[in-house]
Amino acid sequence: MKVALFVPCYIDAFFPEVGVASLELLERLGVEVAYPLDQTCCGQPMANSGCEEDAAGTEALFVENFAGYDYVVGPSGSCVHHVRDHLTAIPQTDRVLAVRRNTYELVEFIHDVLKVREFPWAEFPHRVGLHVGCATLRGLREASISEVKQAPFSKPLALLSAVKGIQFVEPKRPDECCGFGGTFSVFEEPVSARMGQDKVNDHASAGAEVIVSPDMSCLMHQKGVAERLGLDVRFMHIAEVLNGARP
Amino acid sequence: MKRIDHAEASSKFIEATDHAEFHDRRLWDLRKKRDRESESLPEWQELRGLASAIKEHTLTHLADYLEQFEAAAQANGIVVHWARDAAEHNQIVHELLAAHGVKTLVKAKSMLTEECDLRPFLENRGILVVETDLGERIQQLDDEPPSHIVVPAVHKLRTDVAEVFGRTIGTDPTNSDVHYLAESQRQNTRPHFVGAEAGMIGANFAVAETGTVVVCTNEGNADLSMHLPKLTIASIGIEKLIPRIEHLGVFIRMLSRNALGSPITQITSHFRAPRPGTEMHYVLVDNGRSERLGMEDFWYSLKCIRCGACMNTCPVYRRSGGLSYGATYSGPIGVIIDPTFNLRKYSNLPFASTLNGSCTNVCPVKINIHEQIYKWRQVIAERHQLPMVKREAMRMAGKVLASPKMYRLAVEAAAAGISHLPRTLIYNPFNAWGKQREVPGAAKQTFRQWYVANRGTKQ
Repeated sequence: MKVALFVPCYIDAFFPEVGVASLELLERLGVEVAYPLDQTCCGQPMANSGCEEDAAGTEALFVENFAGYDYVVGPSGSCVHHVRDHLTAIPQTDRVLAVRRNTYELVEFIHDVLKVREFPWAEFPHRVGLHVGCATLRGLREASISEVKQAPFSKPLALLSAVKGIQFVEPKRPDECCGFGGTFSVFEEPVSARMGQDKVNDHASAGAEVIVSPDMSCLMHQKGVAERLGLDVRFMHIAEVLNGARP
Repeated sequence: MKRIDHAEASSKFIEATDHAEFHDRRLWDLRKKRDRESESLPEWQELRGLASAIKEHTLTHLADYLEQFEAAAQANGIVVHWARDAAEHNQIVHELLAAHGVKTLVKAKSMLTEECDLRPFLENRGILVVETDLGERIQQLDDEPPSHIVVPAVHKLRTDVAEVFGRTIGTDPTNSDVHYLAESQRQNTRPHFVGAEAGMIGANFAVAETGTVVVCTNEGNADLSMHLPKLTIASIGIEKLIPRIEHLGVFIRMLSRNALGSPITQITSHFRAPRPGTEMHYVLVDNGRSERLGMEDFWYSLKCIRCGACMNTCPVYRRSGGLSYGATYSGPIGVIIDPTFNLRKYSNLPFASTLNGSCTNVCPVKINIHEQIYKWRQVIAERHQLPMVKREAMRMAGKVLASPKMYRLAVEAAAAGISHLPRTLIYNPFNAWGKQREVPGAAKQTFRQWYVANRGTKQ
């Protein structure tokens, strides 16, 4: 099984520890992981802004870097959602379609492909608020959604539940958007910030010590908001927790 | 024409903390009630599928069903008019009113007449127009458009309503008791029902086989508007058609459950023929709908039954208020309809979304709303309607991210750079991120630098 690690640009720049945790976790699970050194981004920032044609070069480079692998695994739901559902700025050759099909978000790769449910090295004696970003939730469907009546399920929760000592708290609006939204966070700053404040306050009121998520971009936004509000809440990517890190 | 600045308007909305918090809470409450009601029907998803299929079928055979509807209505003694656009609609309505010497028109709530700006058109020609839906009446008295398609005054607190009524219909402005306010409005409106020479309604549904117009209200004001005057008029958007009366059951079961979380509206009125000795007219209005029907990616928006559930669930709408969209239709459904009226004016609206997809999942007729928002963004950029700053930023980002070398320079500078900058330089007024958020702390090295240092260059 040839597996490549896709480390999105903002994780590469601001949260390298999330990339390291993802790599180490996959290696612990017995996967041999390659990291193509010329990777940059998936093209989402341009395409989500309407500028799909400006995403073409980036998307072509993405395919160049990741073609030929059985699986491409990235610790970021919205980037994987872009690759799988919106990487359409370039001609849809078989090669492109194969890369799109083979790209997985880290949690679903562990949950659905590796089918691992045990992380004996991980212990996390803290109250955790789980945040599943909207692209991961309603795009990749990693968990049931409150809009539709269905048997409840959550892949991120299923994995985290195996961690020793972990406790979960439930915010009042667990699957409401936190307001990051890529460039929305800047161009619609007032609403974005307000949504972020509501989200971190909801988690804090529920008693969360740490907010854990498969979506680091949501956490980047929530962390920025919580720090400005002076809230005593920490933020960690799910890969870090599953890999045995502590806050 | 100037672009609507949603961000600026939302900022003002959020500053009024009491109002903003109430608005969010009230609409989230409707969303929760909707969840409970929809979950009470095991066949809810089946109903959504049926509703969507009926609407898609009707829209793809629209010309036939419109002709069937017209013939059935005429057979029932109704006069049918066709209006190409808002101007023709207003003209037709005014000519009817003028021919009958109408001085006062009582009307039920209709988003179509809002879309056509009918009220100011008639008022400028000396006709008194009285809105009879409570929320719509509040908005009329305050000289504001509705901020929500189902609950038009949802952005107002009861103290605001007391102020408006105190100013306009002579109530005690310090008394915000809801029963007092509702009763005062009732007493103020009743004489108009009795005295008005003409009554008007919109349409929730128009049934092709019977020529019937169906209106759903909780106040009975549509009936009061139609039961006394000698002249009655229904304005109908051509997308309101459904083929048969039996199809109505699918929609009636969903509409109020999805809109307000109640099993059904208090009153579901079927208007089919003029009362003896009176005239009844239908005005079928296109106003851009045919053009929309021809848009490959966007025609699905015509399936909308105006339940407002997408607005209630939308985290952006709830925190910015309907008026911030500067358009007749606000919230997610507005974002995908408004650009068809004026691409430039409404070019910012598809960006007033995080693409979270909640709207799509509550839509009773399965409109892929958030996917359409994504597609509108592409159309707006293609037609050169993006602000220059954003356009250039994306062009530059596209270049940098397509080149591993340029990318590395940029990322390594960003990762290392922040820690060396003084706080005042990071948190300046031009940094929208930093207004209410801290920027991410600097990393010692990028992931790639870590990888090369720790794992060599194996690939």
